[in-house]
Parts: sequence; structure tokens; C-alpha cells
Amino acid sequence: MAASQTSDAFVEFDRVQKSYDGETLVVKDLNLTMPRGEFLTMLGPSGSGKTTCLMMLAGFETATHGDIRLGGKSINNIPPHKRGIGMVFQNYALFPHMTIEENLSFPLEVRSIGKSDREAKVKRALEMVEMGSFGKRRPAQLSGGQQQRVALARALVFEPELVLMDEPLGALDKQLREKMQFEITHLAHSLGITVVYVTHDQTEALTMSDRVAVFDDGVIQQLDTPDKLYEEPMNSFVAQFIGENNTLEGVVKEIKNGVALVQLDEGEVIDCNPVNVSKAGERTRVSIRPERVEFNKARLQEGAHTLKAEVLEFIYMGDIFRTRLRVAGNDEFVVKTRNAPDQKRLQPGEHIEIGWLPEDCRALDA
Amino acid sequence: MSDATANQLLTTADGKPLKSALARAERRARHRAFLLVLPLLAFILITFVTPIAQMLHQSVYNEGFTMHTEIGSGERTPIMVNIKEWFDQNPAGTEPDEAAFAALAEDMKTLRELRAAGSAGTRINYERSGTRSMFTKAARNANKLEPPFKEAFIDLDEDWTDPALWRVMRDASSAYTMNFYLAAIDLTKSPDGDITSVAQNRQVYVTLFQRTLFLSVLITFLTFALGYPVAHLLATLPLRYSNLLMILVLLPFWTSLLVRTTSWMVLLQSQGVINDALVGVGLLGDENRLQMMYNQIGTVVAMTHILLPFMVLPLYSVMRPINPSYVRAARSLGATSWTAFWRIYFPQTIPGIGAGALLVFILSVGYYITPALVGGASGQLISNLIAFHMQNSLNWSLAAALAALLLGGVLILYWLYDRLVGIDNLKLG
Repeated sequence: MAASQTSDAFVEFDRVQKSYDGETLVVKDLNLTMPRGEFLTMLGPSGSGKTTCLMMLAGFETATHGDIRLGGKSINNIPPHKRGIGMVFQNYALFPHMTIEENLSFPLEVRSIGKSDREAKVKRALEMVEMGSFGKRRPAQLSGGQQQRVALARALVFEPELVLMDEPLGALDKQLREKMQFEITHLAHSLGITVVYVTHDQTEALTMSDRVAVFDDGVIQQLDTPDKLYEEPMNSFVAQFIGENNTLEGVVKEIKNGVALVQLDEGEVIDCNPVNVSKAGERTRVSIRPERVEFNKARLQEGAHTLKAEVLEFIYMGDIFRTRLRVAGNDEFVVKTRNAPDQKRLQPGEHIEIGWLPEDCRALDA
Repeated sequence: MSDATANQLLTTADGKPLKSALARAERRARHRAFLLVLPLLAFILITFVTPIAQMLHQSVYNEGFTMHTEIGSGERTPIMVNIKEWFDQNPAGTEPDEAAFAALAEDMKTLRELRAAGSAGTRINYERSGTRSMFTKAARNANKLEPPFKEAFIDLDEDWTDPALWRVMRDASSAYTMNFYLAAIDLTKSPDGDITSVAQNRQVYVTLFQRTLFLSVLITFLTFALGYPVAHLLATLPLRYSNLLMILVLLPFWTSLLVRTTSWMVLLQSQGVINDALVGVGLLGDENRLQMMYNQIGTVVAMTHILLPFMVLPLYSVMRPINPSYVRAARSLGATSWTAFWRIYFPQTIPGIGAGALLVFILSVGYYITPALVGGASGQLISNLIAFHMQNSLNWSLAAALAALLLGGVLILYWLYDRLVGIDNLKLG
């Protein structure tokens, strides 16, 4: 992917590095290509370099090395106000001394757009986010969710092709956040704009994005569609970071027919999908999603390896049951089962056997 | 809530009206809170409200010509009662007749007994200089005065028939007068009671008010122009650097005002550091040393320096919490850095500018010590003249009138500020 210049590349990071102090790299060799119309999320823990990437794209930080291109042209030396990129800030950054209309009108005024045209665009943008009747109010008179909508409208009102969003939903409560997630994606797709979205909330990333770039330590750990990212994490960081995950540690015994036999530290042997291991004798960290664990022996494959488990805790969560088990010395092994009529409710202290399909159990880097 | 329940009188569980129950419940807490602020209230009342009320009273009330207070015993005796009676019987502008002079002669005897001619004369002297000695002389000779009294007085001093003198005595015979306010704005009364300007060469106060206003505006502007970038720097630097810079800004606060002013004298005087340096590097001939002190330049420079923190601190406190993302948002929306500053950042600092300007302006309007030391003749402000009337001429009523005008001016400005910017927009720190 490095330095590839495909014809549909709209946003490109080409070997970009960034250092603030000249001693450590915050962003290490970033290569990323986005086609027009994509919704891409940069996901990662704080300090992973995702916000720095966004700021470099917006023009508030300069890349120490490498090229950032927009529509094929390098924008390294273009000041932020000439980039024509809409941006939604974490705290919305609505100008407190202006009304909502004036806020929205601002980007149009600095572009010397005529008054009648301006009013029409402002009105349309406000109606787009269902805030049409709030134009005369000031930001302080709006709730968090309403401010969020206005910030979105302001970033879209001058019709940019690229919109950046820096954790825009971080300050909202859960219910509102979920509603806005849906609205933002819907709006982005209907307008056909390209969006770079930064968040540390993996649910948000999974539900909103076309593709997710998982950042850690200044490097993109994996860039994939949400389903691939969840179901086929390429390393233990991604497996741990995205969704809930059970980990078991051990050594690869042999790899045969695309199945790795892993001997766990407690002595048991399990079947795994070799993702990040290549030969026998390597240490590995095995990752299994809680909902892919099966304790109904009848549903397991013939001859599948099983593990003994002791039920430690059963939590009723409404739609699902969450059962905590002790498996191979790991007290934090979690199994999620759907609340179906025939679903067995395990009791603490019960001893059971669990298993899984080999392809669901991924042997990753240690 | 529906209208029916809203109109119904709400009651507590045992049937008492809710409002009175609430009031009773809160009364105790209110009383305790009031007791807490009581000392401060008393302090303000004694040290602030009372003196101002006294000053305002003094500016319209002077009993120098109506009442004599014995210094030792504090015994109060009315004086000039006879002439007051004559003034009451005859309208303003009446030529003083024999009866008037007879009354005056009678009063002079009282003045002589009480040894009060000096203070009574001083009161007249405020408005008509050179008259104090006429009173002391007349009182000294009071027992020798014989009818016809008019001629007797003329024998003592021809000015006793001066209609202007009689106008002043008529006004002074009542303790309440607006004449000090007239004097404070260079006005006086003509013999027949019309208000006119004083002679050109005696007009000082209006010029001085104008100069005070002009210099205060200038100083306020200079502190703003110098302080705004400094405050911005303070607000945007990382905390460890801004703390150091803040110490530099506050350093003048920790030095005595007199030390600061005298150090400006060392710098600015014609044999001072700046002139020596300029002469030393050859920019200035030894004979053309700049006159930077004992004039307005000295006052402006020293006061700008001294008042700078009062501008920087409110600005800083307003700028510090302004999130940098506002300017970033403006930039990303297409504004140049100037537009982002002018349309987004600057308007958010207006409360700080207002507070700083108001503080500096009010302080400089009443500034005294610095202009007194470095101002010379042309750099004096109105407060220096107030001090002069308090300490030297002892015309406290005029000093009070000048101070009251100053107070009124400041209050008007404050009102204007409230109307234009809004006092709730004021942020002092």
C-alpha cells in the first residue's frame, strides 16, 4: 500500500512521520489511502497518534516527514483555511458570541458568498440536522446533542468534500450517542462526503465506519472493515482492543492442514487458526471471542479438543447471559450466550467442558 | 402543571400555606448568613459610605460665615446674624444701605469678641480673594465704628462697597451653597446673581478636568496596546513559562509605588539614564537632552507602567479559558488568521478589555502621587489640585466639589459602560 497512487485515492498519507520534541515519534511511518466517499475511523487508545494524524490532515500540525495528499495534490504547505476541509471538534467549538445562524454563516462569509445565497445555505444546513427553528439562539442555550448537530451543520454548510471529526460524540450520553452515530453515518452517505472520524470508542468505530484504522504506538495496527477487524484480528493488540476477548497463552506444538495445535501453559492442547505464528515452538497468545465459545458438546465438531472449565459467575444481562469461567488457570474467561428459551443457565460451581471451531480461535503474536 | 393546580394555594401537610412555611424555614439561615457579613457591612459603612456622604455634604455646605465653633470647648455660636437678616429682607442686587452697614458693624463686634473674623473672612476669601484681611481689619476696629457706618467702612477699605463682595456675603450667609460646584467648573456669580465664567486667567479646573480625561484615555489605550499581547502570551504559553512571565508582570505590584516612581525619575530626568545613553551613543547632542520629566510625557510613561498589571490581569483571566479550538475551528472553516483573531478571538476577550479599561481609567482619573512627582506643571491631574485644596488652601468645600464631580464623572462612565457592554460582561479576574 505504501506510496501507491491509485486513481481513486482522495486522501493519502505517504510515509508520514511526526515528532513534537525531536526525540520520539508520535506517528511512525504512516501510509494510508482513502477513496472518495469513504467513512474511515481512526481508532486507538489516547496517545496512539490518531488525533495527531487528524490535526496534520486539517493543517494544525505539520508533518515532520512525508507527504499528505488531498485529491492528488500535496497539502503540506497549504494553510488550514485554504484546505477546504470541514471539521467537527470534540467540544464542538461553536462560537459562543454568535447565534447559531451566525455560526453557520461564518464559513460562507469568509468565502464572500452573497447574503441571499448564504441565508439559503444556512437554512438548508440547519434543516438537514433538524435544527431549523434554533437559528436565533446562542450555543449556550442548546443542549449537548443540539450543539453537536449545529457543529455538524457548520462543518457541512460550505460543502466540503472531506470532513474530519475529532471524537465528536464523546460528551454525549449513551442513548444520544447511539442516535447521533446513526445520523452522522446516514448523513455522510447521503451527501457522499468523505469522512475521517477519530474516536477511542470501538463500538462507535465498528457501527459507523466503512473501514477502521486501529492505531497504537504511532502505527496502524490493522486497517480493515469492521467485520474483518472484529472477526479476524491480525494481532493481539487489535484482538484485545476491539470487542471483548478471551486470551490463553501457550506454545505452538505443530501446524498441520491450516490448523495449529497449541499447548497451553497449564498443559491442555487446543486447535487454533494460525494467524501470526509460522512454526512449532513459537510462543503464542490465543484469542477467542466470548460468543464463539460453545459448551453444548453436541454442537462441536467430531474430535474437537475441549477444555475443562469451572463456572465462577453467572450474570443475567437481559438479551444475553454472561458467564465467567476458570479455564486453564484463567479466571477471566468469559462466555456470552443468547437469552434463548432453550438456553441453559449455568450455576456457579458447575464443572463443564467447553470447545470451539478451530477457525474462531486465533493464534496470534505473544 | 395545569392552571387549576397552579392557582390553588399550596399548603404543607398540616395545612399551613407553603410559602410562609418556606419563608420560616429559610429565615434562620438568612439571619445567620447576615450575621456573617455584618462586620464587613459595618466596615464598609464606616470607612467608605460615611466619608463619601460627608464629602458630598461638605461640597454644598460650608458654615464658615454662619457659625463659629470654639476650638477648645466646641461651643457653637451663630455669627453674622444681623447681616443675614438684612439679606433676607432685601432681594439680591439691592445696593447696601446704611442699615446694611449698621448690621455689618454689629456683626463685626461679635466677630471681635469671638475672635472669629479670620475664619469668616476665609469663607468669603474662597470666592473673592484679598477679602480676608478686610474682615480681620474691620473686626479689629469694630468698637471704633460709628455712624454713619457706610462711610466708616469705606474709611477702612474702599472695597466694602464692592457689589461682588456683597454678592459673596449674601451667598455665604446661608451655609448651603452651590457656589463651590460653580467654582469647580470655572464659573462664578455676577453681583446680580447671574452665572458667568471667571476671568480667563483664572480658569484652571475645566482645563485640568479635560487634561485628566485626555491623559486617562491615553494611558488606558497605552496599557491596552501594551497589555493585550502580553496577556495573550501569558494565556497561551505553557504554564511553567507563563508563571515566570506572570511574575515579571506582577513584580511592579511588589515594589512600593514611590520606589517605582522615583526609578522612573532616575531614568527619565535630563541627566538620567536614557538621556545619558542617547548622548553616549551620539544620537543626541549634550545640549539637546530630551525633556521627558516634569511634563505630560513623564506622567504618561510612569502611569502606563504602574497601571499595566491592572490591564493585563483581567485580560489574562478572560483569555486563559478561551479554548484554542475556537480559532482552529475558524481556520478550518476558511478564515485567515487575522479574520479568526478579529471575528472569533477578539470578541471573546471584550469582557476583559472592558474590565481592564474601566479599572485603569478609574485609577488614572484619580491618580495623585505619580503626577505629583514626575508631572511638573503640565502633567498635573485634577487629583493634585484636590490635594492642594485639602492641604494648602484648606478650601475643603471646593476640594469636595471637585472630588464629587470626579465621582459623578466616573459613575456616568460606569453607567455608559453598563449600557454599551453590560456590567454582567465585566470579568475582573
